[in-house]
Amino acid sequence: MSEIGVGHYLTLSAVLFTIGVIGVLTRKNAIIVFMSIEIMLNAANLAFVTFARATGDLGGMVMVLFVIAVAAAEAAVGLAIIVAMFRHRETVNVDVFNTLRG
Amino acid sequence: MSGLAVAFWILAAVAVLASLLVITSRNPVASVLYLVVSFFCLAGLFVTLNSHFLAAIQVIVYAGAIMVLFLFVVMLLNLGTPQWFDVAATPLKAAALLLGVAFVGALAATGLGSFEPVARGPASAISPDVLGSTEAMATALYSTYYLPFLVTALLLLVAMVGAVVLARRER
Amino acid sequence: MEIEHWIWLVPALPLAGFLVNGLLGRRLGKGAVSVIGPGVVGGSFAFALALFLHLTRLAPEARSIGQTLYSWMSAGDFEASVGFLVDPLSATLMLVVTGVGFLIHVYSVGYMHDEDDAGFARYFTYLNLFTFAMLLLVMADNYLLLFVGWEGVGLCSYLLIGFWFKDQDNASAGKKAFIVNRIGDFAFLLGIFLMFGSFGSVAFADVLPQAASILQPGGPLAFWICLFLFVGAVGKSAQIPLYVWLPDAMAGPTPVSALIHAATMVTAGVYMVARSHALYDLAPAVLAIVAGIGAATALYAATIGLVQTDIKKVLAYSTISQLGYMFLGVGVAAYAAGIFHLVTHAFFKALLFLGAGSVIHALHGEQDMRRMGGLKGSMPITYWTMLAATLAIAGIPPLAGFFSKDEILWRAWDAGHPVLWAIGLFTAGLTALYMFRLFFLTFHGDFRGSGEQRQQVHESPPSMSAPLVALGVLSVIGGWIGIPPAIGNALGGAGNAIESWLAPVFESGHATDAAHAVPPVEYALMSASIAVALLGILAARYLWLRRPELPREIAHRFQAPATILSHKYYVDELYDLVVVRPYNALSRFAWRVIDEGLIDGLLVGGTSAVVKWQSKISGGWQTGAIPTYVTVFFGGVVAILVYYLFG
Repeated sequence: MSEIGVGHYLTLSAVLFTIGVIGVLTRKNAIIVFMSIEIMLNAANLAFVTFARATGDLGGMVMVLFVIAVAAAEAAVGLAIIVAMFRHRETVNVDVFNTLRG
Repeated sequence: MSGLAVAFWILAAVAVLASLLVITSRNPVASVLYLVVSFFCLAGLFVTLNSHFLAAIQVIVYAGAIMVLFLFVVMLLNLGTPQWFDVAATPLKAAALLLGVAFVGALAATGLGSFEPVARGPASAISPDVLGSTEAMATALYSTYYLPFLVTALLLLVAMVGAVVLARRER
Repeated sequence: MEIEHWIWLVPALPLAGFLVNGLLGRRLGKGAVSVIGPGVVGGSFAFALALFLHLTRLAPEARSIGQTLYSWMSAGDFEASVGFLVDPLSATLMLVVTGVGFLIHVYSVGYMHDEDDAGFARYFTYLNLFTFAMLLLVMADNYLLLFVGWEGVGLCSYLLIGFWFKDQDNASAGKKAFIVNRIGDFAFLLGIFLMFGSFGSVAFADVLPQAASILQPGGPLAFWICLFLFVGAVGKSAQIPLYVWLPDAMAGPTPVSALIHAATMVTAGVYMVARSHALYDLAPAVLAIVAGIGAATALYAATIGLVQTDIKKVLAYSTISQLGYMFLGVGVAAYAAGIFHLVTHAFFKALLFLGAGSVIHALHGEQDMRRMGGLKGSMPITYWTMLAATLAIAGIPPLAGFFSKDEILWRAWDAGHPVLWAIGLFTAGLTALYMFRLFFLTFHGDFRGSGEQRQQVHESPPSMSAPLVALGVLSVIGGWIGIPPAIGNALGGAGNAIESWLAPVFESGHATDAAHAVPPVEYALMSASIAVALLGILAARYLWLRRPELPREIAHRFQAPATILSHKYYVDELYDLVVVRPYNALSRFAWRVIDEGLIDGLLVGGTSAVVKWQSKISGGWQTGAIPTYVTVFFGGVVAILVYYLFG
């Protein structure tokens, strides 16, 4: 294998993203779903950094920093919600929370 | 093969494997731990891309703080054992797999593998070696991106308050 | 204080009577209604008389006054106003309508005495409304207002025929009258539309004087306008083939039959054709049709009247027959003669009906002549007045019917239609025959009713017998307004008053005096009609007085014709088969298939079913299951991506 180019990193990012999506779609445990979302975010981060490196624009890396910060906030709030959900229904099965049905 | 290439391939393989294991493990605790592994790999990939600062941040914040939080919640809610309901219906699994493959396939078909972006912006100002260093990042963060930085700080405050409120026990 | 400004009073008074009787009649009671009802018509008659006298004081060419009340509608090119025209023709009709109408209103007070307050008031309300509508018809100065009156009398006819509507048959008779009339009215409207299309107006003043210049004589437009108008007249005046409603209309109270179905409403068709003479003169083909149908109807109805057993039905067919005579008259362009017969017919036919009503009243509702007889002694006034009327209709001089009928027959001969004249002559004989059959069966011979009917037979009260006398006098002397010069000159110069009176209206160049230039031929024809009439009377006397068993034997011998006649040529059955049943089937189809099935079921129900089905499908998407939502979401993302990359 020759030089590792931008394309490789991007392909890796796409694969990781897809894995995250499949996890979100397939798992019923709310926490696992959350973790899959984190995988997706990471894949996006990878893409950002790749492009930042390739174009020499620092903005991409700064973006990643913010993504990490926001992901932290989101994880905190999301887990708090999951805890609250668990208190209500004694479970974290996403299928149980279907009151939006109509 | 250069050391960079070797590192990339190893790190990439492990990352993908760990992610797959995250989404297929029956035990939530195992999933969390696999995710940590994946994050570490990603941090390594950041290093190969010369963004050392972000690699450090990835490890400290993501793998260190967020995953620990996840683990706390898993242990708190006593979800440490495989859950009976955690199997999706086969049609759903098939659909998800299909869509995923379609997604990657579509991207790959447009030549993602040999993508070469055109350099834009003030690229020549900073050399690639110095690009991801802490010094460069700090300079950018506290000058050009100062406002988003402050807003993010506010966001974190709000999130903290929100998390406390949401997880409070109803009396 | 010009008299033109007061023309509107003539129709307004009966209208006021209608409103008062209609709104307050029940509360005012029978006494007040019996004054208001006839009173307003009497007042109307007084005004009509005043207008008539005013006209006589004007020079013949200037005898036309009018009053326009207001402009009714003005839409684009079309203008119609509510206006009245008083000229010799309309004045004549006005006098007949209000005069005879007044007498019949008075008669009704006695005849309807047994009704309760509500019914009594309702009767006079309708009768006043009818008088108003009829006056609108004859006084209108444009075809649209005439049509309003036309429809109005049709409505009142329906209301009055079905006056005792609690009996289903009476209500059906009313419906039949209205529906059959409708057919004629439809054609009438088509005629008015064509007229408007050709002339741009429907006012008499615009259409009649210019008819010759705008319409091509003998051309298609003139033909169709006149034909359509005539079909309307066929419906209203009960000619073939739209006469079937008149015999059924006898279900109404007898004064109604006298006023509406003898003297006034049914003559509206004749009036309308006479009024439109300027148009008909341009369509000789239609005139031929008019005369033909008139003659055919006269003969046809007379044959049916010959075998009827209900006294009112005989008179109904007699009316149809006499209307045929009137149309024969106007059909040979003898418009004045037709109107003359209209006037005399109003006198004696109204009298005949009122007399029959008197008999029916005395026999407590009996109408079958086979159960009458020998009433001469018990009802003298009725007897003598009915005799006068019967002689008049038979055409015996010097009574009214002779002069008018003879004038028509003479004009038919003179205009070159010997066949029509022959039909008219034969029908005159038949008329005498069946009318005196009625007379003899009712008043002579032995009484064939029940014992207790015999006991209660009495002459009618003055409210009923006074109008009988008045009409009787008119039946005798009424014809003297139209003495033809052939006789008049011999008597020392008594001219044909009505002919010259109506001449200004009908002055389209028809030689009126020249027609009477050959006295010997006229004397011969006159003698022929008198002879035929006398023959009819003698035959009636023989068949129904001397040898009463003979009619039955004749009917027995000629069974087939007798059956056909007694079933009125099966025309009603024919109409039922050809018109009524298909129409009912069509209505049922429209109801069940189109209305219930198509519109309710398919369009309304179908639309709602589609919406429900669609909402069920749309609702199915909302499962509430988050994984499904996210899957679809991601599917959309992939789709957009593919589209962007490859599309």
